[in-house]
Amino acid sequence: MSALPSLFAAASLPAEAGLNHYLLVSALLFIIGFFGVLLRRNTLVIYMCLELMLNASALAAVAFSRYNGTIDGLVFVFFIITVAAAEVAVGLAIIVALFRLRHTVQVEELTLLKN
Amino acid sequence: MADFFFYLFAFLTVLAAMGVVVNRNAVNAAMCLLVSFGGVAALFTLLDSALLAFVFVLVYAGAVVVLFLFVVMLLDVQGGDPRKPYRPLTAAAAGVALALLVTGLLSFAERGRLPGSVPVTAPGFKEFAARLFTTYLLPVQVTGFLLLIAMLGVVVLSKRLETRGAAK
Repeated sequence: MSALPSLFAAASLPAEAGLNHYLLVSALLFIIGFFGVLLRRNTLVIYMCLELMLNASALAAVAFSRYNGTIDGLVFVFFIITVAAAEVAVGLAIIVALFRLRHTVQVEELTLLKN
Repeated sequence: MADFFFYLFAFLTVLAAMGVVVNRNAVNAAMCLLVSFGGVAALFTLLDSALLAFVFVLVYAGAVVVLFLFVVMLLDVQGGDPRKPYRPLTAAAAGVALALLVTGLLSFAERGRLPGSVPVTAPGFKEFAARLFTTYLLPVQVTGFLLLIAMLGVVVLSKRLETRGAAK
């Protein structure tokens, strides 16, 4: 297992948490959200996983901004948060409207546009 | 000490995110999402931006998760996902994506030689306000319009379908 970098070996965690570590956490969050979107069937949970991916990008932006010593990344995270809030409101309204019409939120039963 | 907290909150965040994906019940998934948001906010604090962590908790934990819970309650979806096997195409796509992502992570961890941090003081309200009202004035305006449009869109979206349902 020596080919694996030391980041993945829990026994030898590096002493200092640097930019790499924050980016790794961000990447893991993004991967988890991505697989949630791929594998879940409930539209609401898919939406939660989209939020996880947005969070991961915000975390990466904050980490890069901190390690560059600038504030611009943090300002953009403000915008990310705002846009995410607007997106959640509209998306959940769409889901509620869809549920009123079709009485389901399972993606496999929402096949109106298929074929 | 900061490293201990980093590992604590990083594991908390990732585990809670996994809980969102794994939980079959939508309410439990929303609760896991709340914990994950809290972990991300703590990581923001460790990155010297406590103000952003505050805003994050306010917007995400205070508004987004509550909105999710409201919708789960409103739709009253019984149970979680049905236990059906995934279609082969979905399984293949997930496998390819996992392989690509693991390759990317491994190469990143091996070759990523990133610089150390620049010492800065933690930005406060004053610095944010100075940026938001000078350099980023136009994006602030655009975001304000976006919020207005989203609000109008939600109202229209809810109303039109209601009248259509009543006309039936």
